[in-house]
Amino acid sequence: MSAHSTSSPLKMYFAVFAALLVGTALTVFAARLDLGPLNAPVALGIATVKATLVALFFMHVWHASEKLTKLVVISALFFFLLLLGLTMSDYATRLWS
Amino acid sequence: MHDNSTVAVHDPALLHHFAEPQQQRDAASLGMWVFLATEVMFFGGLFCAYLVYRRWYFGDFAAASKSINMWLGATNTAVLICSSLTVVLAVWAAQTARRTLLIGSLVLTMLLGFAFLGIKGIEYRDKFVEHHVPGASFSFEHEEIPGHPGQYANPQHAQIFFSLYFVMTGLHALHMIIGLGIFLWLLIMAWKGRFTPEWHTPIEIGGLYWHFVDIVWIYLFPLLYLIDRHK
Repeated sequence: MSAHSTSSPLKMYFAVFAALLVGTALTVFAARLDLGPLNAPVALGIATVKATLVALFFMHVWHASEKLTKLVVISALFFFLLLLGLTMSDYATRLWS
Repeated sequence: MHDNSTVAVHDPALLHHFAEPQQQRDAASLGMWVFLATEVMFFGGLFCAYLVYRRWYFGDFAAASKSINMWLGATNTAVLICSSLTVVLAVWAAQTARRTLLIGSLVLTMLLGFAFLGIKGIEYRDKFVEHHVPGASFSFEHEEIPGHPGQYANPQHAQIFFSLYFVMTGLHALHMIIGLGIFLWLLIMAWKGRFTPEWHTPIEIGGLYWHFVDIVWIYLFPLLYLIDRHK
């Protein structure tokens, strides 16, 4: 970890920055294409890639020296997905009989 | 003399209940991450409500979404991404004791934050003028559902979209305003030369907050602005 902090991370920051801008342009472009049922998954997929880049590299989760940080991030995601997953599985199956 | 050579010189930036500076930094960022986990739940309830209604009233949501200027939203996404870059530059400047870069990055972050709120204000103004603000003067008559010519959106359902739009972007904007307050404080501290490579915890913690607010917007943009734009 200490070897990482001494080398300049600037190149990585600018690479992530460029990737985030490309991702934004890609989202706008993809929204104007007819992808059938895939429009929403593609938009959310790009957003998730962008959010992951921000968390891992700008918020330093990737190089976090404290493992508990990763545990907190993963448990926050887990409970958020639990909320969405259980709620949506209820609403998606109400018409089944 | 013998004792002095074995006992490390106490770092003035290190609080007494921590063994070493790294542990102190880890504790601070871990605490911030726990707070951000509660923020995920805070926004999560709104995202969940949004998904339920979007599934029920998809056509109405698409029509309502189409009435928002997506280019303002796209510009704001780019503005926030630029501000996230200036925030990591500020953290790096604090780590490497670059005072000018630190102050410049903090000022730029704040300017980008104000630009975001200004663009958001233009967008809100459009919605007020078009009577798309939920309430007594709300109106969304004869708005076609994208891809269904001759079929009009239900104004009541569109009003639910705009309620979610204003609450979600409004809560996000409130976070931006609080973030600007935090960054003003960071700027004053940086100006006074309080931050050193050994101790710049507030910059790191404030940065985590700013990036989190950016991540929320990364999801809000496609969800609110880009429903069925191709139709």
